[in-house]
Amino acid sequence: MKAVFKHEVSSYFTGLTGYVFGAFLLLFTGIYCMVYNISGGLTNYEYVPASLPFIFIIIIPILTMRVISEEKKQKTDQLLYSLPLSMTQVVIAKYMALMVVFLVPVAIMCIYPLILTAFGHVYLPVVFGTMLAFYLMGGALIAIGMFVSSLTDNQAVAAGINFVIMLVIYFITDLSEYAATTAVGSLLALIIVAILFSVLVGFMTKSVFSGFTVGVVLEAAIVAFFTIRRSSFEGLFPSIMNKLSIFERFYTFVQGVFDITGIVYFLSIIGVCLFLTVQSLEKRRWS
Amino acid sequence: MIVEVKNLTKRYGSHTAVSDLSFGIEKGKIYGFLGPNGAGKSTTMNIMTGCLAATKGDVIIGGYDIFEQPLEAKKLIGYLPEMPPLYMDRTPLEYLKFVAEAKGIKKEDINKEIDKVMEETMIKDVSDRIIKNLSKGYRQRVGIAQAILGDPEVIILDEPTVGLDPRQIIEIRDLIKKLGKNHTVILSSHILSEVQAVCDTILIISKGKMVACDTPDNLEKLFAGGITVKITAEASEKDVKNICKEIKNIKLTVKENGKYSEAVIESKDKDENKLCRDIFFAFAKNNKAIIEMTKSAASLEDIFLELTESETEEEKNADKESEEGDDE
Repeated sequence: MKAVFKHEVSSYFTGLTGYVFGAFLLLFTGIYCMVYNISGGLTNYEYVPASLPFIFIIIIPILTMRVISEEKKQKTDQLLYSLPLSMTQVVIAKYMALMVVFLVPVAIMCIYPLILTAFGHVYLPVVFGTMLAFYLMGGALIAIGMFVSSLTDNQAVAAGINFVIMLVIYFITDLSEYAATTAVGSLLALIIVAILFSVLVGFMTKSVFSGFTVGVVLEAAIVAFFTIRRSSFEGLFPSIMNKLSIFERFYTFVQGVFDITGIVYFLSIIGVCLFLTVQSLEKRRWS
Repeated sequence: MIVEVKNLTKRYGSHTAVSDLSFGIEKGKIYGFLGPNGAGKSTTMNIMTGCLAATKGDVIIGGYDIFEQPLEAKKLIGYLPEMPPLYMDRTPLEYLKFVAEAKGIKKEDINKEIDKVMEETMIKDVSDRIIKNLSKGYRQRVGIAQAILGDPEVIILDEPTVGLDPRQIIEIRDLIKKLGKNHTVILSSHILSEVQAVCDTILIISKGKMVACDTPDNLEKLFAGGITVKITAEASEKDVKNICKEIKNIKLTVKENGKYSEAVIESKDKDENKLCRDIFFAFAKNNKAIIEMTKSAASLEDIFLELTESETEEEKNADKESEEGDDE
């Protein structure tokens, strides 16, 4: 496991990926720090990471696109399968390496507020709470990106799918508010989501039957709830999306609330995505 | 038995790549998997090394089941897949270091071990060039180095000499022979002479089934059913046919080629010298000259073709039957 971890970390820093990722993040940190703290004269450094989430749409696909897809393409996954390593070890080692690559710019970002304290009162608990949430949120997005990368052996496809997923995660709360505030609107939105989900299940398991079953069960449950308690569907879809939105969770920290449920939420996303990645790799042996 | 394969079956959807394959591998010998393309050699090797799950059956390596106790079993195996699994942006030295660490070789032994395998596979001169820039032969050798790193008991090589030049092929064969002294080596190939030259035991696989398993000599003896004499004579096709009527118990095929005729005479008779004498005097009596005469016993090549071809036909019939069965 240590071997894979070391190998991965060194591959990010012998190539350009690690540097491009870090440089991009730090460039925008610098710009926002300039605008808010130096030109604007605010002492709230937490506004800087709060302005950065949109960058994830671009840098997460760049960072995670090759992590597993490249192994498949170069057939080096056969080496990993034949070495005395379990897939869980491989996936965790790879994830840890990604988190180290992400930690480097985040650690540098943590120096800025310390410098700012020399010029004014910076409320550090909120700043570092926000930075921790920022790191974990990035971790959750990286875990999602890694799972997507394990689904294909083409980096470009992985990057494309990742880009779309990041866009959806970023804009979903805004979009859902426009689309579906009425009860019927929520119902339609949920039905569409359920259909998409069952298509995804059918595609992943390569079994029309299981996809169809999941779809029917979900639709039946949604319609049943709708007929029983129509009133609770009022504004339901936007509020679900709001609860599920990774970025919304993060903004709570910026407002100075250290939200334990938010931390648990990020960690659970990481856990689920790593589990799915392991399954996706194990499944390949059965195909 | 260091490796035992029991009733191994692998299906891809409706296509059966390996069907009910069973064999045992004894310690300290070199085994050769022989079979045409698509016979299931690579699939079998992938399953034996844990890269692929079997639909049915067991693989036991040194007492450990590869599916139940994969980590223990994999420690005993070094594997070179069909395409060497190399990280293109690394140097052979970095790559071998990674593999050595992942194989759990002790820290103080790593450099010594890497040195040893680089020596054996003759990649020392390229040890700090990026793998991407190496030729196919060197890449193949880095792949072999990776497989034999850490002295695994069982070394499995899938077509180890593909892409090498003739001199390298000889070197790698020598290396395999040397490895065979202390290790169990299983290699696959579709090149007969290679398997014949290196292996103690040959397993011929066709359409996912084992059709023969024996030493090269025994296989030849077993299948040496008759003898064949090829002649070129200064006579027309009709003449040759008439002359050969005088010789008993033979099968004749003739082709006229200008002034000469080429004939293949096969006989079930075991005494090849007697057949040659008969042919010679028959032609001499009729005043026709034999320009060239060669005798050949059934070679391993013929056995291979015979075995894999007959199997193909049987398989076709079986497929037809099973398809009919599926329709019901």
